Amino acid sequence: MFEVNLNNPPVSKRQPQTPTPAAPRSVKDLQLGESGTICCLKDPEMALKLLEMGCIPGTQVRLNSRAPLGCPITLVVGDMADYTLSLRVSEAATILLK
Amino acid sequence: MVGGQLLSGRAGVGVAGASPDVNALRHPGPLTRIALVGNPNSGKSSLFNQLTGLNQKVGNFPGVTVDRKTGTSQLTSQHRAEIIDLPGTYSLYPKSLDEKVITDLFYDQTSAQYPDFVVVTADASNLRRNLLLFTQLADMGLPTVLALNMMDVAEQHGVRIDVAALQEELGVPIIPMNARKGVGIAALKIVMAQTLGAPKAHFYEPEEELLPMIRQIRYYFNLHNDYLALHYAHQYRHISFLTADDRAYIQELTEQYGFEPTARQAQETIDRYQRINEILLNCVSVTRTEQNEPYSNRLDRVLTHKVWGYLIFFGVLFLMFQAVFAWASYPMELIDQGVAWINGFIQSNFDGPLINLLTEGVLAGLGGVLIFIPQIALLFAFIAVLEETGYMARVTFMMDRIMRRFGLNGKSIVPLISGVACAVPAIMSARTIENRKDRLITIFVTPLMSCSARIPVYTVLIGLVVPDEPVLGIFNLRGIALMGLYLLGFFAAILSAWAMKLLLKTTERSYFIMEFPVYRWPRWKNVGITIVEKVKAFVFQAGKVILAISILLWVLASYGPGDALEQAERRATTEGRAQGLSTAEIESRVASEKLESSYAGIFGHFIEPGIRPLGFDWKVGISLITSFAAREVFVGTMSTIYSVGQDADQQTVQQKLAAEKDENGQPFFTPARAFSLLVFYVFAMQCMSTLAATYRETKGWKWPILQMLYMTGLAYVSSLVVYQLLK
Repeated sequence: MFEVNLNNPPVSKRQPQTPTPAAPRSVKDLQLGESGTICCLKDPEMALKLLEMGCIPGTQVRLNSRAPLGCPITLVVGDMADYTLSLRVSEAATILLK
Repeated sequence: MVGGQLLSGRAGVGVAGASPDVNALRHPGPLTRIALVGNPNSGKSSLFNQLTGLNQKVGNFPGVTVDRKTGTSQLTSQHRAEIIDLPGTYSLYPKSLDEKVITDLFYDQTSAQYPDFVVVTADASNLRRNLLLFTQLADMGLPTVLALNMMDVAEQHGVRIDVAALQEELGVPIIPMNARKGVGIAALKIVMAQTLGAPKAHFYEPEEELLPMIRQIRYYFNLHNDYLALHYAHQYRHISFLTADDRAYIQELTEQYGFEPTARQAQETIDRYQRINEILLNCVSVTRTEQNEPYSNRLDRVLTHKVWGYLIFFGVLFLMFQAVFAWASYPMELIDQGVAWINGFIQSNFDGPLINLLTEGVLAGLGGVLIFIPQIALLFAFIAVLEETGYMARVTFMMDRIMRRFGLNGKSIVPLISGVACAVPAIMSARTIENRKDRLITIFVTPLMSCSARIPVYTVLIGLVVPDEPVLGIFNLRGIALMGLYLLGFFAAILSAWAMKLLLKTTERSYFIMEFPVYRWPRWKNVGITIVEKVKAFVFQAGKVILAISILLWVLASYGPGDALEQAERRATTEGRAQGLSTAEIESRVASEKLESSYAGIFGHFIEPGIRPLGFDWKVGISLITSFAAREVFVGTMSTIYSVGQDADQQTVQQKLAAEKDENGQPFFTPARAFSLLVFYVFAMQCMSTLAATYRETKGWKWPILQMLYMTGLAYVSSLVVYQLLK
């Protein structure tokens, strides 16, 4: 697994601080309107594209809307709500959250 | 060999670039070559249109299906520039083959096309992401200007940019502007007319351990800076102008130094964003003025709603369909009449074999090209508005999940629906699909949708064999048959797309990841320029093919071997006189016999053994051949062959067809034959204009030929099955 991290050591390998010991949450699991902070990107090749689109580890994203059939979704990227990004759920699943 | 191809490609470009030089003689002064680069939705096209107006030319990048848009701009009275509009991109690392034209341009310093400097457009309201591309370009060491676009939007969002400080940090001239309204264009032109040096600031330094490798590449290829050499290390497999030896050299180096492109590229992007964040911290302050939800979001709650969203979208589609189908018919009628009038005028005043070639061959072919202009213009007026406003992104958003299953794209719905009116503008509209594979599949299957040219064929044949009976009180059997044919075409398109999705292999990964633009008012100037551009592209590129084929078809239908036609005419006339027919009846008899004796007639006889299993005879064979000019010609050809005269109405043709007997004295057009022919017309590629459009959109003969073979093959097999089952 390839991970892109700004912080060392990799955050994903820390003990989970939330009581749920399940697999790390990804952007796909966000509720409508909920925000999260990007921890790392799973898929190395897609990561290149996501990074260029501003999905840098440490950046805040908010789930803005879902298409009527549930996929794709739109995210508001950046702490300053820079812009809205649309992507498929399968792509969102590669963005892991802190 | 790559070098050889490249040279020929360059030579082509050189010729294309020759005309501005001719103009330059009239306007003395230097001609600067300027590349226009920017993120999608950063107002790049608006800026290009503002700078060049209608002085635009669309050509090809060698080897790819991307339009190469160039234009000239008079910067000062003494200074002109050739501006090249590059595809919108988020980074200098291309993610699609289409984006590759950008790196091809910037990687080759020795190219005659190498830009003198670069104008980068950036959306001021979303500066962080837009600056990524800028910093990459600046590090390439080309003289760069930053056009800071959409300053008004940024202000509305409470983004305040200290332009002077930003200019200091970025080390290049910055022009704040609003390209939609033309604000800042004059200032930009003044800067563009100056001689600029390379940017002063660097935004990314390759890591120390990479330097030995980078330097070797740099000196081997004699490159002007390290960052360009690093790009060679990343992209060498995809740089078209490198020879096999060059690639092998770089590959050896990357292996020797253990270069990991993906990890390095990721780290570079992260480092750049870090640097950009530092810069923005000093130059940009954000005060959230509006606490209200952005209007775009509120609009989206209706426009992408699970009920209203689809209803509105289908309303828009219906309007579009109505425009191409119904509104366009008035100007088309005028064009038709105009061409007929000119033809009549020439024929009544001049005579001779060349006059026939001119009127029935050249002018008829020209009419066949011009007739598409209203449909293309109207469809692209709609599409341009949808793109301009940002609604097209919502269409993709709502339709992606459904269309993706069949290997199509959310945007494929627009070509597919437009294809019900006419496949020619529909295929051209597939250009809005970014992904190559999705676009290719869409272009390939669109002609399977039943277009309006099939309607005359459908109505004549359905009227022949389907009784005019009510079904369930409200429906009509003929209506149901017609509907069935449309559905047949639709399902064939969808299933073919699905099959192609499985068959077509691409190295390119398909992403949906893209900016979801905010709604904006359309800029009418951009809409107008799009329409002009599309019409020009069709007339000058697809038009040539259509004209050539229609002249060929005319020759086939008007000439026969030796004096076969004269003999046929004499024979028909004497026979007709002997039977005491009227002059008009003799004339149609003559036309019928002449067509049978022509090359087309001979060809119809020739293919008869091949189409007999489908239930067709040589008469249908001739109609299939002439249908290639346009499907509706079927009815005209059938009327000529059955000698009812060219201008007979559909009912007369129908009666004539119904009266046709086979060798046993039974009606020739049995339901089996008629349905076989109907199915053939649903599937067969019998439209040279569609092929010409596919040729123009895929920039080669491979796909139009495959399309024709596939569709005709599908038609043949389906007709065979239908006829053998119903017989």
